[in-house]
Amino acid sequence: MVRRITSSPLTLIGLVIVLIIIVCALFAPLIATHSPTEVNLQSKLEAPSTSHYFGTDEVGRDIFSRIVYGTRISLRIGLLVVLIAFPIGTILGAIAGYFGGGVDQIIMRITDVFLSFPGIILAMSIAAALGPSIENVMLALAATWWPWYTRIVRSSVLSIKNAEFIEASRALGANPFRILFKEIIPNSIGPATIQASLDLGFVILAAAGLSFIGLGAQPPSPEWGAMLSNSREILRDAWWAATFPGLAILLTVLGFNLVGDGLNDVLDPKQR
Amino acid sequence: MALLEVKNLKQHFITKKGFMGKKTIVKAVDGVDITIDVGQTLGIVGESGCGKSSLARSILRLAEPTSGSIKFNGEEVIGMNSNHMKMLRREMQIVFQDPYASLNPRNTVRQILEAPLIIHSLGDRKERRDLIESLINKIGLRTEQLDSYPHEFSGGQRQRIGLARALALNPKLIIADEPVSALDVSVQSQVLNLMLDLQQDMNLSYMFISHDLSVVQHISDKVAVMYLGKIVEIANVEKLYNNPMHPYTQTLLSAVPIADPMLKRERIILQGDLPSPSNPPTGCSFHTRCPIATKECSEIEPVLEEKLTDHFAACIYV
Repeated sequence: MVRRITSSPLTLIGLVIVLIIIVCALFAPLIATHSPTEVNLQSKLEAPSTSHYFGTDEVGRDIFSRIVYGTRISLRIGLLVVLIAFPIGTILGAIAGYFGGGVDQIIMRITDVFLSFPGIILAMSIAAALGPSIENVMLALAATWWPWYTRIVRSSVLSIKNAEFIEASRALGANPFRILFKEIIPNSIGPATIQASLDLGFVILAAAGLSFIGLGAQPPSPEWGAMLSNSREILRDAWWAATFPGLAILLTVLGFNLVGDGLNDVLDPKQR
Repeated sequence: MALLEVKNLKQHFITKKGFMGKKTIVKAVDGVDITIDVGQTLGIVGESGCGKSSLARSILRLAEPTSGSIKFNGEEVIGMNSNHMKMLRREMQIVFQDPYASLNPRNTVRQILEAPLIIHSLGDRKERRDLIESLINKIGLRTEQLDSYPHEFSGGQRQRIGLARALALNPKLIIADEPVSALDVSVQSQVLNLMLDLQQDMNLSYMFISHDLSVVQHISDKVAVMYLGKIVEIANVEKLYNNPMHPYTQTLLSAVPIADPMLKRERIILQGDLPSPSNPPTGCSFHTRCPIATKECSEIEPVLEEKLTDHFAACIYV
């Protein structure tokens, strides 16, 4: 399994990126050269140099340090949103697929309602209704993300729910709860876990987007989307202020995508 | 004494073609009567699609029967409440056809064998472990193999694990739905002999479903022949194989290969396919393919009658 992952150079690149992000988040105080929020008007809008690797912003904060601390925010959003959306989606999808009938209809029509909105629009309206903050962005994103897992899990449950080992379990007298959690879910979450690893990147991107339009992280929080937003007006004078947070977002999304694709190749039985 | 007594069991499935399509009723099992005595093996034979597996599933209520009566140890199974049904599931168990689909691929053999004990809250941790170890030895695998996953075993070994799972609750009846059809011939005999040994040791009754007439002859005391959801002939194994009465049974037996190249015999070859159980022929359901059918056969529906002592057949010309 490990060999299969490392045998693909693209997956390896993805893994390295993800590892770097995790290390940055864990050891941010050690890696950052300055405080992420300290204002220093003497050194505002300095170009990248050896003292400020990525330059400084319009109030003289060190952009490199802000990006390093920003990994904490982005990673936390990505993980928490997926950790909320994934179990909800998985359990609802498994229930819909296994029990079928009216339960299936109700659950799937609700997911259809959620899926019929473009994700970011729905997240925007929820976040706007709840008020701008990081926590509300996470709630909004989790609320828009779970239906995807429901759909994926339901379809894989449908493909195994008549398998003989499920029938054997019923013949032994197992209750539906046990069948669902011991037999069905372990055998049908594979595709959804791959989706979850891909989604980590997309959630970070969406959260940055919401922060960019002012619905997420509030200043002076070193959130990448908010940093991008702040640097719009000074883009002509200080290219670095927008470029480096943008690159951070790009690399993070790319890293999680590459890892997700790699996992897909490894876990997909047809590729073996 | 009859352990299992099935009377006029029907299993109909309603299928709908398309959105506005008309509903059709598939009569997978259509009025079956069988009894199985303690320690006895009833073989059920018939071609694919004749309702053998549906019969097995409705007896265990894995699919709810449409009508009829199933008595286990004198108790009516149909309509039994779920607590009572759970108790009864300890008494009757099933072994499936496909050893690759019947074991949860994510569980070790130990987890698979422990599941029935956990479901019925039997024993503490240590007692369960001892029981699992004695089970695995009983089916001829080693204790060390308990922590392996199903994919690490061969088809025959997996089928024996499936048998061990069925035995874990110490049942009285095992319904074996084509348990050896997916196995190589050499492995088939291992599993069959294991089943025979276990029957002796544990005083088990079997309902043994197969399309392989030689296998059924080897293991059964009594054999029932099914065609389109109905039993057309039922008798002791010697009587049925030596003196098949129903033309369908005669056709099936004439197709069994015999290991003697010099032996010349007449083979009766059936024309056409099994008719659809959603639209069975009128009268005798076999008349469309029967070599001796006459006009009356399409009009009169034959009933299963005792033609000779303990030898029942459903044909108006026997």
